[in-house]
Amino acid sequence: MNLATKDIGHNLGRFALTVVGIGLLLMLVMGMGGIYRGLIAEATLLIDTIGADLWVVQGSTRGPFAEISRVPANLEDRIRAVPGVAGARRFVSHTVQREHHGRSLRMVVQGLAWPEDHGEWIPLVVGRALGQAHYEMIADRSLRLPLGEQIELGKDVYEIVGITKGMVGSGGDGLAFFTVSDAQAIQFNVPGEATRLERAARRSRAEGQDIGQVQPLLLERADGPTRGLPVLAPPQVSAVLVTLQPGADAAKIAATLAGWPDITVYTTQQQIDLLLSGMVDKSRRQIGLFRVLLVIISTIIMALTIYTLTLDKVHDIALLKLIGARNTVIVGLILQEALIIGTLGYGLAWWLGQFAFPKFPRLVVIETSDLLWLAGIVLGISVLASLLGIWEAMRVEPNKVLS
Amino acid sequence: MKPDHSKAPAIEAFNLTKVYGHGNTEVVAMNDVSLCVKQSEVVALLGPSGAGKSTLLTAVGLINPPTSGRIVIGGVPVLDADRPLVDLRSFRRKHLGFVFQKANLIPFLTAAENVQIAMEINDVTPRDAHRRTMELLDYLGVSDRANNLPDALSGGQQQRVAVARALANHPSLVLADEPTAALDSHRGRQVMELFRKVAHEQGAGVIVVTHDQRALDIFDRIFEMEDGRLRLGLTVAGGQPAPRGIRDTPE
Repeated sequence: MNLATKDIGHNLGRFALTVVGIGLLLMLVMGMGGIYRGLIAEATLLIDTIGADLWVVQGSTRGPFAEISRVPANLEDRIRAVPGVAGARRFVSHTVQREHHGRSLRMVVQGLAWPEDHGEWIPLVVGRALGQAHYEMIADRSLRLPLGEQIELGKDVYEIVGITKGMVGSGGDGLAFFTVSDAQAIQFNVPGEATRLERAARRSRAEGQDIGQVQPLLLERADGPTRGLPVLAPPQVSAVLVTLQPGADAAKIAATLAGWPDITVYTTQQQIDLLLSGMVDKSRRQIGLFRVLLVIISTIIMALTIYTLTLDKVHDIALLKLIGARNTVIVGLILQEALIIGTLGYGLAWWLGQFAFPKFPRLVVIETSDLLWLAGIVLGISVLASLLGIWEAMRVEPNKVLS
Repeated sequence: MKPDHSKAPAIEAFNLTKVYGHGNTEVVAMNDVSLCVKQSEVVALLGPSGAGKSTLLTAVGLINPPTSGRIVIGGVPVLDADRPLVDLRSFRRKHLGFVFQKANLIPFLTAAENVQIAMEINDVTPRDAHRRTMELLDYLGVSDRANNLPDALSGGQQQRVAVARALANHPSLVLADEPTAALDSHRGRQVMELFRKVAHEQGAGVIVVTHDQRALDIFDRIFEMEDGRLRLGLTVAGGQPAPRGIRDTPE
């Protein structure tokens, strides 16, 4: 006869409420782990998907995912000349936050190196890749921009031609793909008045120089468009992505590129590691600490619940001792109840998570290894929680029945 | 060690004394009490509150050992003062049965399960335990309530189930502490007659602590306790009053 199941059956409502409470707590623990996994998945999604072998970034920087990185756009031509390199493409990444139809729209602008890269590698759920050099964009579904929608960014209007799902940056903002030149136009857009003032300032500075006075033509060029001034560099890009030829030695090519003093080279894995050890690491530790706290709270609540249930049975335990029940019978009763509560709570947490986690604003990834880890934790806290009740039960004297 | 049911008295207690506290707070709850109850004998233990009846009952029930004295149950020495000579819990499980003022049934077990659990903790197989449970409940007239939880039973039915539980493991001694206090006179008498029946038919010695003067004719012998001392009162079952004041120690 299993006393634990008999007791549970007799106090079903109370046990059900306890299981629900524990289940919700465990769902939070499970969810925290899933949020952490989701953070990593979201953060590394672009790096994984974009398929570059090497990332070439501004010298002495950690790349665009860690800090500002600026390299000249023509760096890709230099890199293509390195033996073993199959291709190189410019990469632009920056975050913008604009108003659209009265709501705040925050997105990570990604530049595709047109015409080599149309974005065919981007996993679309609907629509197509970029079909022209300007005024088209691919947006993630999380940005809530429908296919065909037109959105004004800077001085230009862009049409949504493709939709992705789950393509977000490390901050959880949806990715939007443009050509590099459009991405730069959005990034470096300044109002017309600011352009006019800058050109006037340039002319004023040139007038203050001897060369400006002896070469009047320079003064006319100074207040013209920036692209007409060879002394001013064209807009720079965030990085250059390198694809290697099949069988090429990545370490050797990286070493060759690392010899150039104006750049730094990272493999894809190094770029991922930098990303994870940067901003994601603090979130990971914060979530980890919160998770530990939740486990401790769950243990305390379970322990108090089991203890209270044991206190309610003190008279019955005394009776069992009086009629000669071994300690194993009594320990088994308490331990089994704790394990049943823990197991059902865990199952409920998993079941509820199936419905709740997809509705979270950020990705929640529940992996089997995490589920097994949590199952072990639940087993541990169930045993730990029952110790208080067992300790109380062992103190009960048989003559308590007579009182 | 197994008690010898064929010859030995159900219980022999020698010079039991129980002292609580020490110094100025010392209280002698039981003073040099000796007692012998034979197999199939039903004895009553009377006395006012605080006389030491429950102290004696818990001492011979191996729940609350005496400060001094010796207890032999079914021929097996089990306690020498407060020093156990056997595993007391195991001995209680195998050889003693308890009935209390309240039935003290486990509320989350049915009537049958309350009886069955006493056997299962004594390593009786569930099948055998269930068979004997049904026999006992039938014997005690509550087999029709076997599947009811205790709170669905009347006080008398609960007490019958408690008696069945006490008899489950064929005890050599049944100890009952005011088992009829919560019952009306009719049901109280039924329970007392039940003790007599099980003692005579099952061969157990039965000690009943009671205040109920209406059913004294059921008992083979009556002991009175006062100020921690025990003395023989009346022998009524055979119709002959026992001489008062005779020594109550075992022969």
